[in-house]
Amino acid sequence: MENFEPEIVAFCCHYCAYTAADMAGSKRISYPSNVKIIRVPCTGKVDAIHIMKALEKGADGVYVAGCLEGDCHFKNGNTRAKHRVARVQKFLEEIGWEKERVEMVNMSAGMGEKFASTALEFTEKIKELGPNPVKQSKKTEIQALG
Amino acid sequence: MITAEQKPMQEIIQYIEPYDKILLLGCNECVTVCAAGGRKEVGLLASALKLDRLKHGKTIDIKEITLERQCDPEYVEELVSVIDDADAVLSMACGCGVQTIAERYNKKHVYPAVNTKFMGASLSQGVWTERCQGCGDCMLGITAGICPVTRCAKSLLNGPCGGTSNGQCEIGPETDCAWRLIWERLKALGLESRYEELMEARDWRPAGGAGPRTIIREDLVL
Repeated sequence: MENFEPEIVAFCCHYCAYTAADMAGSKRISYPSNVKIIRVPCTGKVDAIHIMKALEKGADGVYVAGCLEGDCHFKNGNTRAKHRVARVQKFLEEIGWEKERVEMVNMSAGMGEKFASTALEFTEKIKELGPNPVKQSKKTEIQALG
Repeated sequence: MITAEQKPMQEIIQYIEPYDKILLLGCNECVTVCAAGGRKEVGLLASALKLDRLKHGKTIDIKEITLERQCDPEYVEELVSVIDDADAVLSMACGCGVQTIAERYNKKHVYPAVNTKFMGASLSQGVWTERCQGCGDCMLGITAGICPVTRCAKSLLNGPCGGTSNGQCEIGPETDCAWRLIWERLKALGLESRYEELMEARDWRPAGGAGPRTIIREDLVL
């Protein structure tokens, strides 16, 4: 898995993490291109099914980046998102997946460095975990077929 | 409403292990409201089951359908055109729904995906608690709107018992003594005299003691 470059989906709140990503760009702070950002109006808009579908379609890791706790633009969307992420983690654990593939993170719009460091740390973590088990099994299947 | 909770994934996975084509059925009624088996939960469970299979290098064909009511023959009939395509049915409805499906499609393997819990009320978002046992002879009119059959751990008709402590039940500090609640509400309503009236031993046959219960409304029967 030396050359493994994970595909990571980051659901980013328009009011914080997405702006933080912008901030990282303005400050010329680079972060891994493995992270594919999906902008959402609030992390409260992210449902458990969105995270599950991302994994189903082959994402190696998914994180939801919302405002700092207590600072949600819509009052408590980030708290709801945190609970939904925990629910997906429980699902994954129950079917024998690493729950670390899914995570909730919080940051403010001004935290460009935090956005970049989160992207880097999460990418490193997923690299250690290896590819999404769905991909792994498909690869084994292809190898078996020769 | 009837409340339910999803079964552990491993139990569900074991049920459907021999099958490759599953019809996953949700219900738009009670289990939707208590977020156990509505359209959303059907989607999530289908996704989790697919992930489980994919992990083992296998696939599974899951058709997702959420019926208006699974405990009603007219809605269950809607499955006629699709049920033959499935090897088995996984139902996220309460026990009534699962049985209605199994009875109507008696050659089909039918499995439950939720555990039906109780008839409950919602205390707040995401919190439900048991409020009725369907005893068939409602006494809420006598007990100030608080049910001792359901909310007293011993279903005492004349309480409280010696197990009440500081207004809580002996089974745990999180459970209010139903008879303390009844007394406080009677007092607040100025109906203390009702507490003095002894309730006689009741006939528990309407509560299910005489076997499964049935209601037949002649005016509605076709």
